[in-house]
This record gives sequence, C-alpha cells and structure tokens, in this order.
Amino acid sequence: MSSVRLLVGTRKGAFVLTSDGKRTEWKIEGPHFGGWEIYHMKGSPANPNRIYASQSTSWFGQLIQRSDDGGATWEPVGNEFVYDGEPGTHTWYDGTPHPWEFARVWHLEPSLHDPDLLYAGVEDAALFRSSDGGRNWEELSALRKHPSGSSWQPGAGGMCLHTILLDPRGPARMYGAISAAGVFRSDDAGASWRPINRGLRSNSIPDEDAEVGHCVHRIAMHPKHPDTLYMQKHWDVMRSDDGGESWSEVSGNLPTDFGFPIDVHAHEPQTIYVVPITSDSQHFPPDARLRVYRSRTGGNEWEALTNGLPQEHCYVNVLRDAMAVDKLDSCGVYFGTTGGQVYASSDSGDHWTAIARDFPAVLSVEAQTLP
Amino acid sequence: MIRVILPAHLRALARISGEVSFEITGEITQRAVLDALELQYPMLRGTIRDHVTQRRRPYVRFFACEKDLSHQRPDAPLPQAVADGMEPFLVVGAMAGG
Repeated sequence: MSSVRLLVGTRKGAFVLTSDGKRTEWKIEGPHFGGWEIYHMKGSPANPNRIYASQSTSWFGQLIQRSDDGGATWEPVGNEFVYDGEPGTHTWYDGTPHPWEFARVWHLEPSLHDPDLLYAGVEDAALFRSSDGGRNWEELSALRKHPSGSSWQPGAGGMCLHTILLDPRGPARMYGAISAAGVFRSDDAGASWRPINRGLRSNSIPDEDAEVGHCVHRIAMHPKHPDTLYMQKHWDVMRSDDGGESWSEVSGNLPTDFGFPIDVHAHEPQTIYVVPITSDSQHFPPDARLRVYRSRTGGNEWEALTNGLPQEHCYVNVLRDAMAVDKLDSCGVYFGTTGGQVYASSDSGDHWTAIARDFPAVLSVEAQTLP
Repeated sequence: MIRVILPAHLRALARISGEVSFEITGEITQRAVLDALELQYPMLRGTIRDHVTQRRRPYVRFFACEKDLSHQRPDAPLPQAVADGMEPFLVVGAMAGG
C-alpha cells in the first residue's frame, strides 16, 4: 500500500511525518537539528530516501544535511556557497548599492532523474548547483550576472531565490523566482537567463510593468502541463500558458489576492490552491478565518475550503514553501502555519485535519508519495 | 594538549560531548587552534569563521582565561595557560535573540 512522508521545516528544527495511504494516522519524528532554522527539505524524485535539508542559524551559518534513509539519520555535506567572481552590488532597500552577501539557502530542488544533482536557491539571490550529492557547490552565475542584477532589491524577507522549477521534458529549461526581482527562465540548463515578467503589474514600484522588480512569492507547475505556470505574486495571482512569456491575472473572486504559497493538484492540472492573506502589513487571514481557496478552472473562479480549518480568531500566516500535494488518489493537500499547525486533507481540500498543532513556526512542507 | 569547548549546537553537529582536545605543533594562535579543530571535525567548517575570508562569524565569540579574545588578530599568540592546556579555549554563541 502506498504511503506518504511529509518533510516539515520549522524555525526550530525538522520534522518527518509518515502515514499510510489512508492518511488518517500520522507518526511524527523529530525534531532533527533542534534549535536550527530549517528553511527547506526536499527528497529526490529519483530516490525518495535521499533527502536534503537546508539548516541555518544566524550564529553558525548555513549547513546542508543529507539523509539516505528517508530522514531517519543525517550527515552534513558541503556548505561552501561562494559567489562566482567578484560579486559586485545589488540595490539596497534605500536605493543605494549593497554588496552581494550570502545569507542562507531558501530552497533545495533535487534533479528529477539524478539523486546526486540538486540546485539551491539562496539569499542574496543566486542559484547554486551540486552534482555530488551536496558535497560541493558551484554558482550558475549567469543568473546573478544578468544585466538587471545590480538593480534587484530585497523584499521584506530578504533578497531570496525561493522557487526553482525544473521542466520535466528535459534538463534545458528551468525557472527561478526571486523576491523582489521576478521570474527568470533558462533554456540552456542555467548557462543563460532572461526575465519573463511580461504582464505583471506591481504598483509598489515606479514602473508598474517593469521588466524586473516584481515581488514574486512563488510559482508552480503541473508536470504534465509544463508550459502552464501559476504565480502568487505579492499582490495578484497570475497564470501563464506559454512558459512565462506572458502572464495574466486570475485572482478572480478571491477575498484578497495577497498571499505566499500556490500549488497544483497532482491529477488535475487546472486545479490550484492558494491561501489568501489580508495584506503585506497584516500577515494573517482575512476576517481571522483560515481558508484555502481552490480553483478548478486554473484561476478566476475560486471556492473557499474551510471544513476543519479555524474560522475565528485565527492570526497565522502560511509561508511560500509551506504547501504541498501528494500523488495519491485522491490527492492529498498539506500546509503548515506560522502558528505551528500542519493541516492535511486527503480529499483534495474538501476536509482538513490538524496533524500537528504545536510545532515551531512552519517554514516549509514537502510531500513524498512512497510505493 | 589544547582544550576547546564548543557551544551545544556545534557539539551536536560534530557528534561530540564535553571538551575537544588535540596537540598542535608550533605557535598556539586562534588560527592554529581553529585549523586543527576543523581538520579533526570538517563539518565545523564555515560555522565558526567564514569559508573564504576566515573571519569570525559575527555572533561567535572566543573566550579564554576570563577574557574576550574575539577581536584579537587570528595570528596573535593565545594565553600561555591555553597553550599549556591549563585553560580551555571557548567558542561561544553570542547572547543574542530569544
């Protein structure tokens, strides 16, 4: 019988939750790396027992941990993230030049085919690659060295490369999303990049439809429809049907189109999920009601999913990497909150259950579907 | 014999308990102690000082003999009591945060 393993990164450690295919009873293991921030954990699609974790603190910096037994045991691998060449400057919050400085790894994206190959999106925004299971890292520096790079500015959470999408049709095409620069695409496995932000409008920057400068919060793709991308921008939920060449807004009837995560149903490429948040200055759900919104039409028409979620006095946030889906039938949907709850639905979002209530603030959730 | 006491998080990372001790030949400096420490426990590289610049991380402090040695030059001799193994060299996570 199939089973599901959730990888939950929190402000104070990593947790591994497992369940059989019914997804009613969950076993919780952890915390691993107690006291450290775990921005992200992700398993290799080619070998699900190979899991990578980004571990950091302000005191002792960045570590990458690797497990080869599904998260039971871990070993630290390489943590030397050095920008290629003279890093130069980007633009600081006040508009002045600011040196590029490595802070942490926000996101790890293992190759679809090779367990030893993975990518890391870091703050200050850059993309790194390891081809030896995380022991050594090299920057794919063409992204950071894009002519617009010196104009990139941090979002409130820092200037981070937070999303990496790999096109399942082949290794050439990949996407990186940066807050607050926008989305970039490579068609040559990271050797060169160009911004793909046409159609985005952000009224918090001087030129609303500038080529770069947009605070993209996350992008998502269904592997069977890799030319269709979905985006939760700072404000606005967006969709592209041409690999990011152009975007259109699909916020539709959402109560607010601010938020962080966006994800796609495992079996229905037009079914997507967001968690509306009141605003950029009020990081909690509108009306203090925690609602996931689902669109079965790829956007524009949204329905609130509330069954099992708190509908009063709720003031948590859901961060950009803190939502995931499994591949079982029916599709499981999971998300974690800054209040330390992890919610699970085994029926595509119709009903929700808190499978963890008192974790540290949840930074990331990934779901692995195991045979 | 040089004695080093690490903060709890780094002891857990290096899978050690209590003090670390090792022999060093040559002058006993902050750099020599950290080089020897990282040679014995490579997972500590980058956690105490920057990989490239070798500068102490901002929230890490070095104490010995009831003195804060954090701002001493890396190649300055450490106190004789540390060199003699009478006193440990302390790597400390600064009091910051909650």
